[in-house]
Amino acid sequence: MEAHTKTDGQAEVINQHTGERWVYSDIVKDHFFHPRNLLLEGAKEGEFDAEGMVGSPACGDVMYMWIKVNRESDRITDLKWKTFGCGSAIASTSMFSMMVTENGGMKIDDALKIRPQDVMVRLGGLPNRKIHCSVLADKAFRKAVNEYFRATAQYERVIIEGAKIIDQRLNITDKDIEEAVLEGAQTIEEVQQKLKVGVGDPDALPEIEQLIRFYKEKYYG
Amino acid sequence: MRTVYLDHAATTPTDPRVVAAMQPYFGEEFGNPSALYALGRRSKDAIDLARGGVAAVLGCGSDEITFTSGGTESDNLAIQGVARAYESKGKHLVTTNIEHHAVQNTVKALEKQGWSATYVRADGDGLIDPRDIAAALTPETTLVSVMYANNEIGTVLPTREIAKAVRDWKKEKNRGLLDPPFLHTDACQAVGYCEVDVRKLGVDLLTANGSKIYGPKGVGILYHRRGIRIEPVIFGGGQESRLRSGTENTAAIVGLAKALEIAAAEREAESSRLTPLRDKLTAGIMGRIPKVVINGHLVKRLPNNVNVSILDIEGEAALLYLDARGISAATGSACDSASLDPSHVILALGRPYEYAHASVRFTLGRSTTEEDIDYVLDVLPEIVAKLRSISPVNLQFDGRGDQTIRKAFVDLGRPHWESNRSESRTASGRIP
Repeated sequence: MEAHTKTDGQAEVINQHTGERWVYSDIVKDHFFHPRNLLLEGAKEGEFDAEGMVGSPACGDVMYMWIKVNRESDRITDLKWKTFGCGSAIASTSMFSMMVTENGGMKIDDALKIRPQDVMVRLGGLPNRKIHCSVLADKAFRKAVNEYFRATAQYERVIIEGAKIIDQRLNITDKDIEEAVLEGAQTIEEVQQKLKVGVGDPDALPEIEQLIRFYKEKYYG
Repeated sequence: MRTVYLDHAATTPTDPRVVAAMQPYFGEEFGNPSALYALGRRSKDAIDLARGGVAAVLGCGSDEITFTSGGTESDNLAIQGVARAYESKGKHLVTTNIEHHAVQNTVKALEKQGWSATYVRADGDGLIDPRDIAAALTPETTLVSVMYANNEIGTVLPTREIAKAVRDWKKEKNRGLLDPPFLHTDACQAVGYCEVDVRKLGVDLLTANGSKIYGPKGVGILYHRRGIRIEPVIFGGGQESRLRSGTENTAAIVGLAKALEIAAAEREAESSRLTPLRDKLTAGIMGRIPKVVINGHLVKRLPNNVNVSILDIEGEAALLYLDARGISAATGSACDSASLDPSHVILALGRPYEYAHASVRFTLGRSTTEEDIDYVLDVLPEIVAKLRSISPVNLQFDGRGDQTIRKAFVDLGRPHWESNRSESRTASGRIP
């Protein structure tokens, strides 16, 4: 990639492999260069109610998130984060943290409804292939909330994300397909390439196709 | 704000002397070189002159030079062209695991069409052992494609020795100079800094282009030893001795020849000027920033290439922060690739994925001054400190990383799904 500054000060980024280009909005840049709600020091004992972690540096992204919840109002009063991620990951997490905590904090149930697209709208847009980078905040938040539910014995509220096996032979789940679509796969062939598998269970193909359409709609639609 | 362009391996600005040489062919000298009248003949003469100039620099005959639309097309013509022309002799190719995508994906495309390929692995320094190339040859091998200098980590491969290894193998098998396998090298990055006399190098085919040597973009050359058969990839009016149809891009061809002539004349002086600047930048980064790993051999590398993995930070984020301070650089991070896969070259060094995500490449060039280097060394530490304060990752410096990483990787820092990839082991038996 080549990044250079245009005269109007907007960072224009050109991917050298695809020639795809985009301009980061001023809001994205603001959040990228001045991230909100960063946890700069280690979390102190009792400072937060719960913590969530997703990703791995090997995949190019790691997200840690800490939340503090007002038990009475069920509102999130504080949310801090740290990430090993690209510009879009940093900007979208910063925006997510702001959305959750602004105006006295969102109710947990409302915060759980924030979709990556909602964050993107507030950011003034991100390129399609960067959506992948922005879903981490979402996932880390869900993990932290689950930890909070468990810690406060609200077991009925724990969100269970069961993966369903789609391809029996290769043990591919709907989660695998979701990940592959988020990484930019658009067709069955590309999904197979991402998952490093060949054609498995032919009976599963229609369902895989349907899931690809579903996730494409969900994240890029 | 100060602007410092340190991405010369991506492309170079066109030299004003090159632009001046090209100028007439955008104006009054617009003729089609295939036309019979004077206007067309003058264009043809200009191309002939350019071809002669290129041949002089490469130490070959004019008839051994074909102009193309760039490095990628030259690589395609060399690999597909030779593979198809010698299909009856065998369908095996040898290349390495650090090639440019133009070579790698061409070989992959041929693999889908019935050819087989062996990917010789680079060692931890990003170098290729000529013995490993020889060991990968089979009676069915028709083409070996090994780059001259790597575009990402700047390592200069032992091209002369590789050519000798291939030649020796052929001699042993009683094969002549014009029998396969042939050796192709992509020299796009090397032309500005290394010996490119094809007779001295001993290569059979060589790719170079304008974009990396202060020439115009969209023009390249393929040297091919006289007598080697090549099937064209592009069909049409039969220009370039039927090897590359399409009306010649006279201006670009003239520009490329001029750029190559300048590069050859200034090669030594420019290399001597850039080497200390490169070393100053490397030493400065290592001295000022903890937890930095240099990618690629320290000495056997281009005089303009610095490639480091700055652990715990993500390359694209670093690039955007550098850009905000006016510095243009590049990264091997996944966030920067079309496929969201991190650089195959950094991974080929046996480094874990997170090293690839953290890699930053600075490539110096004619405009680079010592003040530029000082400015980067001034700005980079604070950018790294800022991004590290955002990052929750704290890798162990031994490169093994923490528990989560150990679980995710099998041998040589490869992810579990790639553990049984078919790549040749080294001849010497050492783990690369």
